[in-house]
Amino acid sequence: MLRQVYDIVIVGGGPAGLAAAVSAKRNGIESILVLERDKELGGILNQCIHNGFGLHTFKEELTGPEYAGRFIEQLEEEKIAYKLNTMVMDISDDKVVTAMNREDGMFEIQAKAVILAMGCRERSRGALNIPGYRPAGIYSAGTAQRLVNMEGYMPGREVVILGSGDIGLIMARRMTLEGAKVKVVAELLPYSGGLKRNIVQCLDDFGIPLKLSHTVVDIDGKERVEGITIAQVDENRRPIPGTEEHYTCDTLLLSCGLIPENEISSSLGVEMSPVTSGPLVNECLETNVEGVFACGNVLHVHDLVDFVSEEAGAAGKHAAEYVKNGAKHPSSDAKDIPITATQGARYTVPKTINPDRMDEKHIVRFRVGDVYKNCYVSVYLNDERVIHRKRPVMAPGEMEEVVLKKEELSAFPDLSQITVKIEEA
Amino acid sequence: MYDVIIIGAGVSGAASARELSKYKLNICVVEKEEDVCCGTSKANSAIAHAGFDAESGSLMAKLNVEGNQMMEKLSKELDFPFKQNGSLVVCLHEEEMPDLQKLYERGIENGVKDLRIINRKELVELEPNISDEAVAALYAPTGGIVCPFGMNIAFAENAAHNGVEFKFDTEVTGFEKKEDTWLVKTSQGDFETKYVVNAAGVYADKFHNMVSEKKLHITPRRGDYCLLDRSTEGFVTHTIFQLPSKYGKGVLVTPTVHGNTLVGPTAIDIEDKEGTNTTQAGIDELISKAGSTVKGLPIRQVITSFAGLRAHEDGHEFYIGEVEGAKGFIDCAGIESPGLTSAPAIGKMVAEIVSGLAGAEENPDFIGTRKGILDPKTLSNEERAALIKENPAYGNIICRCEMITEGEIIDAINRPLGAKSLDGVKRRTRVGMGRCQAGFCSPRTIEILARERGVDPAEITKSGGNSKIIVGINKDRI
Repeated sequence: MLRQVYDIVIVGGGPAGLAAAVSAKRNGIESILVLERDKELGGILNQCIHNGFGLHTFKEELTGPEYAGRFIEQLEEEKIAYKLNTMVMDISDDKVVTAMNREDGMFEIQAKAVILAMGCRERSRGALNIPGYRPAGIYSAGTAQRLVNMEGYMPGREVVILGSGDIGLIMARRMTLEGAKVKVVAELLPYSGGLKRNIVQCLDDFGIPLKLSHTVVDIDGKERVEGITIAQVDENRRPIPGTEEHYTCDTLLLSCGLIPENEISSSLGVEMSPVTSGPLVNECLETNVEGVFACGNVLHVHDLVDFVSEEAGAAGKHAAEYVKNGAKHPSSDAKDIPITATQGARYTVPKTINPDRMDEKHIVRFRVGDVYKNCYVSVYLNDERVIHRKRPVMAPGEMEEVVLKKEELSAFPDLSQITVKIEEA
Repeated sequence: MYDVIIIGAGVSGAASARELSKYKLNICVVEKEEDVCCGTSKANSAIAHAGFDAESGSLMAKLNVEGNQMMEKLSKELDFPFKQNGSLVVCLHEEEMPDLQKLYERGIENGVKDLRIINRKELVELEPNISDEAVAALYAPTGGIVCPFGMNIAFAENAAHNGVEFKFDTEVTGFEKKEDTWLVKTSQGDFETKYVVNAAGVYADKFHNMVSEKKLHITPRRGDYCLLDRSTEGFVTHTIFQLPSKYGKGVLVTPTVHGNTLVGPTAIDIEDKEGTNTTQAGIDELISKAGSTVKGLPIRQVITSFAGLRAHEDGHEFYIGEVEGAKGFIDCAGIESPGLTSAPAIGKMVAEIVSGLAGAEENPDFIGTRKGILDPKTLSNEERAALIKENPAYGNIICRCEMITEGEIIDAINRPLGAKSLDGVKRRTRVGMGRCQAGFCSPRTIEILARERGVDPAEITKSGGNSKIIVGINKDRI
């Protein structure tokens, strides 16, 4: 079997993989290969034809394909190698990547470092345990988005959407613009999981009702969806009898959360966070498997692609440093301080930070588990509170951040624990 | 004019067709759905029962044990997935030990081999995740798991290969008795035949009652199931039943031949013979019951729920034979659990009856083996590389969860009785059966189906009929 050698192999050519590749190259690595399973680079951005991408990165509003295009151009300028329609089948712990495509057949690549950038998938109807028939006409919002935006097909005429994740909100608007009637968006939680701007621009502007604390309790139709019943839920998210409402429709779209696609990572022995379903990483975005890095939605689901690019840039840089130092991380034996997320903070990325190794400032990203109004984000070094920042509104759908300073961490005596929590006023 | 018309392309009909194709007979299978394996045969526990359940001396008991014994050899001849993983009936209360003993004795009487009662210590060694309450179990090493689609499709393909005709989307509406023949009326016209085999699953009573005064009554008994992701592989390795008792019947927890974990079924009697909808109550019942025989069931790993209908006849017995007062009309009715296990023996029995009545000669050209769709995962990396060189479609992964290639999909579409719909491809290849439940692969599978069948993508359905995936093009109604 064909066996090639590369310094860095990047699994996935979406926004994370592209930014990681460009960054690794600019940090001095020549031998990089990006493996992409789809027929073009850009990942899920290719089907996100709406605008609103790139405000942070390029200071302008781009569509998804335009945003991807900027990075693909950089990749081409940097002459970074990539293979399309290529599926990674396995990665061994000594970093032999086994992959497959039509042209090369099965082949192996010995890499010095691997960057995981496989993205995420949508939670399916089955995983949601929605009862009822199993007819045609039930799509995850992203599948419908691909059919409409990339292939020009209408998946339905009269639509009910469950879940107010961003893709669902965007698809409510898209389906309306393409001539479908979106009857309602039902959301199980008492708040939306999507960005505020998407609720305004995709639902309110088109008069589409959003019903919070509602879920689908029945799907009707044996061949194609004929109707959907939704009901209000109580505080335990159980449907309340007597609140059922029936909608005649031919389509149910699901936008109920994204799950990082870590099947390859798990078989490689990468340790996972039960909260994010992504790898546990240090501040270099390196997993517990030395020389294996992770970034983008495979690490934790992001709201904004700009943050994906930023994170992936860091992963590319650290992977490059790892390779340049002869596959030995500088001060890898130095002490990693664990970061604990508690009291409303659900997780942090990274999970550990090393004061000796870190940059002058490091952004720690996290999500809250509920809606918090006029509360404080607090950071404790051991028992001492060092950050106490007031936030008017925090919601699970919008990623939060705190900035840790090297100076402060290094100077703190006997630092053994960093804690991020939400505190009431 | 046919010699035999078989109503239903489920596992009983397909097994009967395959066995009958050993004779010089002109056979046609009529099926109301667009494919084989669309009813009871597609949604069940996928178990090859050992045979201790059915009442001793019943036809059910006889065919169960026979079918179980035939399964391994048949799975090799016809190339479908089967594994003898062994089954355990778990006793959770000391006071029920006499019931376990009774079950053991019934099994022995039914002719189940290697059956024995094991104590808790041995049980824990076999299944580390067994409930702390478990005191003992009936261990049946001959119990197995089988791919229900794989077996049904294998029977049908092999039958087709030996000359059996299949008519899909053909619903039987009535019969007219001629002098020595039957006129079978269908949605696609009338067909004359010397013999009719009624293998219509939950509808078998309807057809029986059209020709007989001695009525049958089949209740669709719905069973809800939850299927867990392959990441749970190894949680249990045997098929685990709960000993039925005053505390309830319990549900089974079993591995599938593909490495998933299956939990189910409920048992809810309904009226609607097409009522395969799951309910919240059913799913809740499953989740609460599954925990009684095993501990720490990773129920959050559920990737889909589904419901199947058992064809429960009031007498709870298989009715296989020529119907009294309806010469040439052969019932294959009341085929509920252990129907899947019994299918090989049912097919044999139906073929013996019909060939006997017809005085049919053996078919010297019968070919008893069939090659299934090549699964490249069974090859070494080197063999796989060679395969892709020969046919690059095997290098193109379409279903990323189950790692299914375009080559397998093309084979599934173009082979005899090939797949026409997304579900047809899914049952043959597992495309879309994984954790994303076809989110990523369905647009690509539609594209391949449309290309291979030479039709517009908008014509491709989920499962025939009006189950269209695409209803138009963008802005076509603006």
